[in-house]
Amino acid sequence: MRAPGARLRRIAGLLLPLATGVGMILAWYAINFGMSSEQRFLLPAPDEVTRAFVQEGPALWGAALNTGGGALLGFGAAVALSFALALILSVSPLIRASFYPYLMILQMTPIIVMAPILLLWVGPGLRSVTIITFLICFFPMVVNTTQGLISTDRNLVDFFRMCKAAKWQEIFLLRVPAALPYFFTGLRIGGTLAPIGAIVGDFYAGNSAGGQGGLGFLAIIYSSRFQMGALFATAAVSCALGFIFVAGVIALSWLALHKWHDSFSHTEN
Amino acid sequence: MSQVAAPPIVELKDVDKRFGDGPLILDKMSFAAERGDFITLIGPSGCGKSTILRLISGLIPVSEGRIVVDGTDPSGAVERLAFVFQEPTLLPWLNVSRNVEVPLRLHGGVDAAKRSEIVRQSLALVRLADRADYYPRQLSGGQKMRVSIARALSVSPRILLLDEPFGALDEMTRNHLNEELLAIRQQLAWTAFFVTHSVSEAVFMSNRILVMSANPGRLHDELRVDLPYPRTEETRESEPYQKLVGEVSRILRSVEELKS
Repeated sequence: MRAPGARLRRIAGLLLPLATGVGMILAWYAINFGMSSEQRFLLPAPDEVTRAFVQEGPALWGAALNTGGGALLGFGAAVALSFALALILSVSPLIRASFYPYLMILQMTPIIVMAPILLLWVGPGLRSVTIITFLICFFPMVVNTTQGLISTDRNLVDFFRMCKAAKWQEIFLLRVPAALPYFFTGLRIGGTLAPIGAIVGDFYAGNSAGGQGGLGFLAIIYSSRFQMGALFATAAVSCALGFIFVAGVIALSWLALHKWHDSFSHTEN
Repeated sequence: MSQVAAPPIVELKDVDKRFGDGPLILDKMSFAAERGDFITLIGPSGCGKSTILRLISGLIPVSEGRIVVDGTDPSGAVERLAFVFQEPTLLPWLNVSRNVEVPLRLHGGVDAAKRSEIVRQSLALVRLADRADYYPRQLSGGQKMRVSIARALSVSPRILLLDEPFGALDEMTRNHLNEELLAIRQQLAWTAFFVTHSVSEAVFMSNRILVMSANPGRLHDELRVDLPYPRTEETRESEPYQKLVGEVSRILRSVEELKS
């Protein structure tokens, strides 16, 4: 019983984004052709980028694995520790007041300034990258999860108390599941920041030893050799890494929430 | 119905309540409920009706006076009490049967097989057996409230505390649930304390109506409703019912005037 226009609209919904992409690639070529031959290397054409991508494939793949590993470690540590800290912070406003200012200091200090300090403390490589990733995604996750843990519906808390629920039951059977939507909001922010953090970390504190550098380190190498095509390919891989993280987090939150939470409800009500 | 020597199941003796240094919410409240009573508390907002339910449930302590619930003080009687809130207060991440099971799990001591049997019976009582696997967001407002009632019944309470449970529902649904609740009561003889703003609901449900006045909350008047149970749509159309509704409304109006 669909209106005849609906089918057309769906086709248009697929074709138009595709057309936009094709248009952008064409514009890219056009700009490339319009440039003088000395300047042309600044904006390599798409086919040149693809060639660089194939040529540098093994290097890019290894760097992506190193960066992805650091991002995953830092992100995982941030998830676990932010959750634990949020549980402590949710106990009382006094505890929150005594921790928040220092968390803010951590958040406000730019990573670029902290990187050299970490570099001297723990040396270049995975350890630095992991810590920098951790630092960049820890704060938004602590704040969101804490907010969730202290926003439990008052009536539900009363109901649990009336059932003589123990404190641990109130926390783990009520407050934690009720905080899940907040937790996943934090996780999405953290998941977006983690690959960026790892690449920035690698840029400043990556390991230069063969095969241990990540995407940030690779970017330094390519730019020092003016390998523009390879730089563009590095950007594309970094972007893909970010997508993978965000997709993973969205999949996790779908698994945890889609059955009961309104954020995944369709138009039934 | 009431035996001469049976002690009251709930008794309030000169109960005062204030929160912290705040004003007096309840002033020398005293009344006793016999086993099987359906007592409705009605009165202007702020008269402390809901506070009385919370005191009986043991959720908050009295400031002065004493409450005896089934021979002990409220905190000792928790397992014999069940509370139905104004909102359904279901856990949205649990399906209907898991929601009904929550009090049993929290109290502990009931094995899984017995729990699922109790859940099945409780859901059958509120005619939601076919919704056991649904999540709260898939239910209508009336259905959610029925799950909430099933959850309260799952602990086989002797005393049911209902804090304006049907206030948010449309009139048709409310009338329907009123009749259902009374029908369940015919089977399981609990004592009920019911808070409502609706005079017709108060008369339809209860055998005793306590009219309260506010600032501070005091017992203003008590009415007996001698209409026979079970009550049906015909009860609503009967003359004694209509007369009682008129009378309670009159008393409520005089309480409101007293306030201003």
